[in-house]
Amino acid sequence: MTYDKLLASNEDQGTESIRLPNGLANSEKQTTFLHKRNHSRNLSTSSLKFKNTLKKKSIQHELYESPSRLQVFYTHLCYTILEVFGHIREFMRKWGLEQRKGAVDNNTEDFAPLFNSYESFHTRNVYVRNRDCFNRPICSVPGAEIELVERKSDDYNWTFYYTGEKIKVLNMGSYNYLGFAENNGPSSRCAIKSIEDFGVSSCSSRQELGTLRCHLELEELLARFIGVEAALVTGMGFATNALSIPAVIEKDCLILSDELNHVSLILGARLSGATIRVFKHNNVQDLESKLKKAIIDGHPLTRRPWKKIFIIVEGVYSMEGTITPLPEIIALKKKYKAYLYLDEAHSIGAVGPTGRGVVEHYGCDPRDVDVLMGTFSKSFGAAGGYVAGPQNLINHLKNSSHSHCYATSMSAPVCMQTKKTLEIIMGLDGTKEGQRRIKQLAENTRYFRDKLKKMGFVVYGNSGSPIVPAMLYMPPKVAFFNRLMLERKIAVVTVGFPATPLAGGRVRFCLSAAHTREMLDRALQAIDECGHLNGIKISKLNPPRTFQQVLEMENLQKNNSKFHK
Amino acid sequence: MLDLIPDYVKNAPFYHLVVEAFLLVWILWLIFRKSYSPPEKNKLTEKDKKELLEEWTPEPLVPNYDFRESIVKPRVVDGPVAKYAIVDGVKSLNVASFNFLNMVGNQKISEMAIKSIQKYGVGSCGPRGFYGTIDVHLELEQRLAKYFNVEEGIIYSYGFSTIASAIPAYSKRGDIIFADEGVHFAIQKGIVASRSDVRYFKHNDIEDLERLLKEQEDADKKNPKKAKVTRKFLVIEGLYMNYGDLCPLPKMVELKYKYKYRIFLDESVSFATIGKTGRGITEYYNVPREKIDLISGSMEMSLGSVGGFCVGSSYVVQHQVLSGQGYCFSASLPPLLAVSAIEALNIIEEKQDEIFPELERKCKIMHQKLKALNNYTVSGIDISPIKHVRLSFENTLDRLEKIVDYAQSKAISLTVARYLKEEKFSSKPSIRISVNYDLTEAEIQQIVDVLDQAVN
Repeated sequence: MTYDKLLASNEDQGTESIRLPNGLANSEKQTTFLHKRNHSRNLSTSSLKFKNTLKKKSIQHELYESPSRLQVFYTHLCYTILEVFGHIREFMRKWGLEQRKGAVDNNTEDFAPLFNSYESFHTRNVYVRNRDCFNRPICSVPGAEIELVERKSDDYNWTFYYTGEKIKVLNMGSYNYLGFAENNGPSSRCAIKSIEDFGVSSCSSRQELGTLRCHLELEELLARFIGVEAALVTGMGFATNALSIPAVIEKDCLILSDELNHVSLILGARLSGATIRVFKHNNVQDLESKLKKAIIDGHPLTRRPWKKIFIIVEGVYSMEGTITPLPEIIALKKKYKAYLYLDEAHSIGAVGPTGRGVVEHYGCDPRDVDVLMGTFSKSFGAAGGYVAGPQNLINHLKNSSHSHCYATSMSAPVCMQTKKTLEIIMGLDGTKEGQRRIKQLAENTRYFRDKLKKMGFVVYGNSGSPIVPAMLYMPPKVAFFNRLMLERKIAVVTVGFPATPLAGGRVRFCLSAAHTREMLDRALQAIDECGHLNGIKISKLNPPRTFQQVLEMENLQKNNSKFHK
Repeated sequence: MLDLIPDYVKNAPFYHLVVEAFLLVWILWLIFRKSYSPPEKNKLTEKDKKELLEEWTPEPLVPNYDFRESIVKPRVVDGPVAKYAIVDGVKSLNVASFNFLNMVGNQKISEMAIKSIQKYGVGSCGPRGFYGTIDVHLELEQRLAKYFNVEEGIIYSYGFSTIASAIPAYSKRGDIIFADEGVHFAIQKGIVASRSDVRYFKHNDIEDLERLLKEQEDADKKNPKKAKVTRKFLVIEGLYMNYGDLCPLPKMVELKYKYKYRIFLDESVSFATIGKTGRGITEYYNVPREKIDLISGSMEMSLGSVGGFCVGSSYVVQHQVLSGQGYCFSASLPPLLAVSAIEALNIIEEKQDEIFPELERKCKIMHQKLKALNNYTVSGIDISPIKHVRLSFENTLDRLEKIVDYAQSKAISLTVARYLKEEKFSSKPSIRISVNYDLTEAEIQQIVDVLDQAVN
C-alpha cells in the first residue's frame, strides 16, 4: 500500500496520529499511530502536536507543526546576515561612504535621540528592504478583486512614486469573510439613505448628544442575534477593547490572558491596572494550574484574595488561525468562579452554522460567557465594535466606559450598513442570502485548506477557521513570496518578525464568501508555483505535490470509491 | 600484595593514616547523604488548598450602584445633529455637540460621501498595512499636511485613539513627560499607556512647569549619562477642552530650547477654530510650526467627520507607521469618512476669510452675554468656541442637569460636560456650550435667556 493511498484512506476517516489531552474521551475512533504501520516517511510524534476539540458531530482538529531544526538554523542565519550587512551599511553611512537616506531630526544634537537605536537600525536595514510588501494603496472596493495603485521605487524602497497605473488583482488579504464589502448591495443602499437622514457624523459622545436612533436599533438587533440581554456599540473595534476592559476590570483583579492575544486586549488590560498573567496558547491545563495557584496564593504582595479573576481569550486568532477551546474554558470558569471575556473580532459572522461565532460553533450558551465582544470591520464590511452581555453590565458600561463618555459615537452610515448586513445574515430580509454566504465561506475554507495541505504546505490553525496561515519561516521568503504572487496578480499578506516569533514568517490567506471556485483554483495554481520556487512545501504530513497532481489524486480517489460501490 | 602499597604510605606514621581514612569516609558521607531542606513551615495540605478554592468568592461582575438615569437613557436624536436637531421628537437648537463650523448635515459633504460609498463601499476591511490603505487616505494625509504647511501627516480611524497611540509610540518606560493638569482624558490614557514617568504641572502655570524642569535638571546633573538618553516631552493642548482657555505656547517653546524637551501639542479643539485662517494656536501666537515636534488633532469636531490625525516633520511622523498601535493594529478609516473630511477641508479653504472672523465674533458675543448673567460664571477665553458655564452658588451636577432638562423643554439642547471618576484631576461640574459659527444673534440671545430663566 503506497503512502499516498494510506494517507488518503486515513484522511477519509478523519484520524491521524493524535495524542488526546486528558479528560477528552474518544471512544469511537481509537488513536492510530501512522508511523508504526508504514515506514516510507519517518514521522516522529515529537514534531507533530495535535489537539482535538470535541464538537458534537465531527472532530475538528488544530494543526501545529513545529519547524525542523534546519529551518530554524537557516532563519537565524538569514537574520545574522541581515545584521552583519546592516552594520556594514551603518558604518558606511556614518563615514559618508554611502548617502544617508531617510529623514533627520530638525532639533539640535543635544536633545536626547527620539528613537531607540536598535529600533531604528531594524527599520533602516530590515524593514525598508521589504517595505513594498506592506501598506499597498488600493483604489477600489476591498472585495474579492481589487485594484492596486501601482507604485515603484528607484532607490530600493526608501521613496515611492506612483506611475498612475492600476493593477487588478485577486484579493486574498482583506478581512472580507462574508463578502459584504460591496458598493452596490442592499447594505450600501441603506448606508446611502442614512447619510441623507443622519448626516455623516454626530460630533458628540454617546452620553452627551450623540445617541442616534439607529444606534439603539442596531444594539437591540445585535442583542437578539447573539442571544443576550443587551449590547453596546462603539465607533472603533480597537477602542472597544482598549476602553471597555478598564471599565469592567479594576486594579485588584487578576487577568489571565492567552499568549497570542491581540494588542488591543493587551492595551486594555494594561490600562485597567490589573495584574496580568499569561498562559500558553490554547493550553487549558496551563490555564487551570495558573487559576488554582492564583486563588490559593492571592495577590503576590499583599496576599489578599483577588477581587475578580478574568480569563481573556479570542474566538479566532488572526495570526495562527486557531480557535479557542471554549467548552473547556467555560467549564473551568464555572468550576473556579472566574469571569470570561471573549473577543470575537474575527469569528462573529464567519464561524458557526448561522454566523453567531465561536459560541455557536461549539454549541455553548452565550449567557455562559460574561462579556462578549466583537467587531464589525471584518464580516460585516463596516467599522466599529460592540460589547454584549447582561443588562446590568451594559448599563454599567454606559456609565463608565471611556468610549461612551468621551469618544464620538458611531457614524450613521456605518451603523446602518452593519444593521442591514446583520438583518441579511439573520434572514430577516426575507432572502436566504445570509445563509448562502455562510455556507459558501465554510465550503471555500474546507476546499482551500484541503488543497493547500495536500500540496505539502505547512498549514496552521483550526480546520473551521477562514484564516489560513502557511509557514514561510525565513525573512527573505516573506518578501519573495509576496512579490511573486503579485506578479501573478494575486494580493496576499505575508508577515514576519516582529508581528510573529522569530522563526515564524508566514503567509496568511483570508478567505471570503465572495471568492468563486475559479478564483480559488487560480490562487491555488499561483500558490503552487510560488511555493515551489520558495521551497516551502516542507510539511511532514504530505509530500510536495503540484496542484494538478492533487486534482488527479482526488479524481482517482473519487473513481475508486465509485468503483468500490 | 603488600608490594602494591606505595612506600610513602608504608612509612607514614599510624595516626596519619587513621586521620586520612577518617577524612575520606567523612567526605564520602557528605557527598552521598540527602541534602538538607528546612521543613516548609506553611506548607498547605491538599485539603487546605481545596478549601481555599471552594471558599473564594469573587466580587460580582458589575458593582451594585444606582445608574444615572440621564446616562443610561440619554436623549435620542432622530436626524442629523446639525444646528437644529430633532431631540426626543422636538426640534431643538443644538449647542451641545462640537459642531463649530456647522459641517454636520452639509449638502456637499453628504453628496461626496454618497459617491464614495458607490465607489468604495463602506468599510475598508483591513488595517493600513494589509490592503486597508485607500487612495483617499493618502490624499487626506497630504491635504492635512498642506493645510498646516508641514512635511507629513498621518490619520487614525478614531479621535480618541490618535493621541492615545501617538504618545506611547515615542515615550517609553524611563522617559519623562511633563503634562498640564487640565489635559483631556485621551491624553491621560496615552500617558498611562506609555509607562513613562509623568509630572503634572498646574494648569497653565508656567512657574510650576519651570520648577519641575529645574528639579529635573538638578537630578540630571547627578547622572549625566542617563540624562543623555532620557527623552523629555511636554504634552499640552492648544485650547483646553475642559477649561476653554489657551496654553501659553511661546513661553513653552522658549523653555524647550533651554531644557531640551520635545513638544506634543494636541489641537483637537483649536484646529480650524482659532487663528485668522484657522490654522490653530501656532498661527494665533505666530510660532513657527517646525518648533513643535508633533501636532495632533481630531476630525470629529470642526471637520464633522470621524477620526484623528497627527502632523509634523517626516522624521517624527513616519515613526507612527510602525509603532502607532491605533494605526497598525486597527482597521483603517472608512473611505466615506475620509472623503467627508477632504470635502470639509475644501469648504474651509474656500471660505476661510469669512468663516473664522465670523466664528470669532460669535464666540465673543456669546461670551459677553453669558458673562452678563447674574447667577452664572463663565470660564475660558472669549474667542474660545467652548464655554464652560457654572452656577455661582451651589454648583452641583444634579442642579446643572435640571437646568439642561429645563432648556430641553424649551427646545434648546445643552449638555453637562461628562467626565468619568477616573479623571486624574477632576474639574468642577459645568454646562459646556459649543458655539456654532452659524448661530444668529437672536439665537444666542435665546440661549442666554433660557439659562437665565432656568435658575428660577
